[in-house]
Amino acid sequence: MLSTATHIIESLPYKKPFLFVDRITEVDENGITAEYTFRNDEYFYEGHFVNNPVTPGVILTECMAQIGLAAFGSYLLGKIEKSANLSMALSHTDMDFLYPVLPGEKVHVIARKEYFRFNKLKCSVKMLNERDTVVCKGVMSGMIKYL
Amino acid sequence: MTTEEIYARLVPLIAAYLPEDVLADEIRPEADLTAELNINSAHLVDVVLDVEDKFDIELSNSDMENLRTVQDAVDIVNSKITAVS
Repeated sequence: MLSTATHIIESLPYKKPFLFVDRITEVDENGITAEYTFRNDEYFYEGHFVNNPVTPGVILTECMAQIGLAAFGSYLLGKIEKSANLSMALSHTDMDFLYPVLPGEKVHVIARKEYFRFNKLKCSVKMLNERDTVVCKGVMSGMIKYL
Repeated sequence: MTTEEIYARLVPLIAAYLPEDVLADEIRPEADLTAELNINSAHLVDVVLDVEDKFDIELSNSDMENLRTVQDAVDIVNSKITAVS
């Protein structure tokens, strides 16, 4: 499990400063759980907002898409490959943002599969902070394949 | 069910996923779903899932690979419902 989780992260076509997955804690055919800590020095805090750093909603969405679609999709495709040739195209999101996520916060993302057909993965997703409060939730889908 | 009836039932399913710059009257049997009707790959899957629900059939990966035009969709549906009846 530990090595599978590591290999999934290595298969993702992202790197710093745009990789928002630290560790996959659970993954099976039905869903995935992973965590990420927003570092105090993430590049976007400098401008969002001025003198009041808050993690942008688009970055929270990106974090959930990297976990719930890209990482989970890599697992579901069944052959985890290390080289960054996983192709992922986000096609739809419908999100509710409930609480802010501040610099230094660690979040958990839980994604459950609604379907994975013809390379389209649709998941319900939610993000929880360290107090187990749901900070955002919704559904998203994307096309996942190996190039 | 005749192929004309299948076609008539398919048109609204396809029309639901047309981009704003493509009109429903551009749907013709020979129209290419992605190249002419501009349905993207994610929406093409939505069309297929709706077709599966509407006709109570299941499409395989090879069906998906053979799906190019509206007529292809009619033929796939026709072969599936003929096979079970």
